[in-house]
Amino acid sequence: MTDDSTLLGGCRVLDLTDEKGHFCGKVLGDFGADVIKVERPGGDLSRNIGPFYGDIADPQKSLFWFATNTSKRGVTLDIETADGRQIFARLAATADIVVESFEPGYMDAVGLGYSALREIKPDIVMTSITPFGQTGPYAQYQATDLVGVAMGGLARILGELGRPPVRMSCGPQAYFHAGLQGALGSMMAYYHRELTGQGQHVDVSMQEAITLTLMNAVEIYEMLKANLVGLGQFFVSVRPEKGPLFTRLIVPCKDGHVTFMFGGGAFGGVAKSSRALLDWANEEGMAMELKDFDFAQWDASTLTQEESDYRYGLIGEFIKTKTKAELYERAIKDEILLAPCNTMEDISQNAQLQARGFWQVVEHPELGESIAYPGAPVKLEETPWKIHRRAPLIGEHNEEIYAGELGLSKEQIGLLKANGVI
Amino acid sequence: MARQIFDGLKVADFSWAGVGPQVCRELAEHGATVIRVESHRRLCPLRTFAPFKDAKPGINRSAFHAAYNTNKYSMSLDLNHPRAREVTERLVKWADVVADSMTPGTMASWGLDYESCRRINPSIIYFSTTQQGQYGPHHSIKGVGHHINALAGFSTCTGWPDSEPTMVFTAYSDFIAPWYLLIAVMGALLRRRRTGEGMYIEQAQLEAGLTFQAPDILDYMVNRRVVSRNGNRDRYMAPHGVYPCRGQDRWVAIAVANDEQWQSFCWAMGNPKWASDPRFDSILGRKENEDELDRLVTEWTKDYTPEQVMAMMQDAGVPAGVVQTCEDLLDDPQLKHRQHFRVLEHPEIGPQSYHAPAYRLSETPCDIKSAAPCLGQHNHYVYTEILGFSENDVADMLVEGVITTEADAPFVVSW
Repeated sequence: MTDDSTLLGGCRVLDLTDEKGHFCGKVLGDFGADVIKVERPGGDLSRNIGPFYGDIADPQKSLFWFATNTSKRGVTLDIETADGRQIFARLAATADIVVESFEPGYMDAVGLGYSALREIKPDIVMTSITPFGQTGPYAQYQATDLVGVAMGGLARILGELGRPPVRMSCGPQAYFHAGLQGALGSMMAYYHRELTGQGQHVDVSMQEAITLTLMNAVEIYEMLKANLVGLGQFFVSVRPEKGPLFTRLIVPCKDGHVTFMFGGGAFGGVAKSSRALLDWANEEGMAMELKDFDFAQWDASTLTQEESDYRYGLIGEFIKTKTKAELYERAIKDEILLAPCNTMEDISQNAQLQARGFWQVVEHPELGESIAYPGAPVKLEETPWKIHRRAPLIGEHNEEIYAGELGLSKEQIGLLKANGVI
Repeated sequence: MARQIFDGLKVADFSWAGVGPQVCRELAEHGATVIRVESHRRLCPLRTFAPFKDAKPGINRSAFHAAYNTNKYSMSLDLNHPRAREVTERLVKWADVVADSMTPGTMASWGLDYESCRRINPSIIYFSTTQQGQYGPHHSIKGVGHHINALAGFSTCTGWPDSEPTMVFTAYSDFIAPWYLLIAVMGALLRRRRTGEGMYIEQAQLEAGLTFQAPDILDYMVNRRVVSRNGNRDRYMAPHGVYPCRGQDRWVAIAVANDEQWQSFCWAMGNPKWASDPRFDSILGRKENEDELDRLVTEWTKDYTPEQVMAMMQDAGVPAGVVQTCEDLLDDPQLKHRQHFRVLEHPEIGPQSYHAPAYRLSETPCDIKSAAPCLGQHNHYVYTEILGFSENDVADMLVEGVITTEADAPFVVSW
């Protein structure tokens, strides 16, 4: 039963994940897969993760839950009970992909490991998302977001000189990377299944997912034997003869900070950008010392730190007189390589995002509210990406799925509920 | 080798820099035939970026470029040359997937935009990825990775509350955007099997990056709260931080998630006297006295290596991990167990460690078999075997400069 109005119409996903893996099912669901979130009776513990709607700490009002469970339906089920296991097996028989993020071995222990699922549905894809993978010396190690970004190498390259390495303060990035890689691995296996009829087990490591965010840091170590560290607002040019040159690429402006490039030499674009920025400063009588400076002659390989600081200082004084919006507007007009360090407020007002229809308004009828969510990571005209439904309430689709699909009677559902199975 | 997922899939990779090449690399590592189209007159920026083998810049010496182009064929072609069309028509006709990451309008100027490609090959699947998308008031703004880090809020949200926004060293969205594209490409291929139709996939890397800000964006949309830098503090956990250890600039991350883990944490430290201070009994107390708590934890961690702290904590059931440097990653026993780094031999770079994907497929593992190609390395094979040009055609195109060589342009290093 394939629905070609969405990209993944016809693909059914059972989602047993906790906060480390929620993002996986969200990604598949927003592309159109029929994702059923299977929560423990009473609701997943991740519903207690903030921030909360109206700052009311209520499992039905977690914005973290909202954000990471869009386009899913939700049922409650205790898969550790015999009844729960049987119901899950019946659902698995209808599924293409099962995603879970329990500690390695748990699914086997409850009789729902890959070999058991394959008995139920020979071509099933099972995706397991864990901190370090299913096997290996750290397989049983525990990790949170912070431990994930530390072990994957991202924390070490963030932060400021002389202070501890840091994680990003926004969202649990390690969980999101693990979830997105889970969605990718699931899709790889699903694609193969569609072509060949062969299912498989997908083993995702959060640590590995983080290592993929390091850009060329590992290559830099391997070739130069230099371990990168966080440098705060600075960029360092490594110069074999003159030693390191630090340039401050994030600078204060009137109402916040911007990042920019200032220099030139072989980089025609940077020289042109620097000239445009300087001309603007000169219009207002600032940075006049650099008035006739030929940016093509800027030679970062021989520049002294003192001279560099002097030039950056002059233009920095000018930047301080302007707001983020003023700077960015001019940057767009004059092709100046500069961008504001946006806050969430700035992002919500960004003209480009608005013009592209990025924000998707999602109805939350029980809150009497519509909320703007971040929208499509890719645009697909024929099969639009969209948030097909808001995140489920606790057990919201129990009736629809247990009675409607599996044909359980009202009495049976009541019995399961009374026994804490659903 | 077992059957590969993308055996028989053909990809014309016109993309460059970070995002597009990573998408095509992943396809190539799972069996697709990927032909990368490059020109000596218009080098992929990554070929000009460090690190270079032996710190000697060269067109085929960047490990950064190599990392994103494993398993691919490279052909050289000057797309600005009038005769390039003869080549691109055959290439697009051959391909299932066309990859574009050029500045908006560039592919159109070569007659290679989606509509043009569709006229050549009606069921083509075509993706375009750029920083801010193909349209909209800011679509043509130029910038580098850290500009998107700033626009997407990652700079503002990284660092310490008493300091300023920080540089995020990596072009962070470049490591989010490719995976959405891959999922879309696979979905489009499956849909094409059912409907016979191709698809156009358009991406703004800024937007892909913002999906990783979702909870905090909702916090602003609903509560008008603007998330800011919070060091390593967590809403719910304490102790929660990165603590100094024995050794030169060594650190360990510890996250104590609940009372039970707090008891285990104290036990793992050997139950020091301070840990029984009633102020630290409860989560409310630990949060209220977090500065003092962090100071005391630091007093304890500094006598051990981060590896020792990690082992002691994990044995007690407390999440903890070494703050690993890249050097540590290459030596990490877990990553070794998973064969995360694959060493391949490159003709100019020599042996280099390449990242494998973050997922292991039990039946169709990736096969990372050849290092990134030198520019134009597979010209003969691609022009004659795949595209069906004669030896004479190839000789003519070389003379006319359709097929570029190192003699065509000087190599200029970036940074």
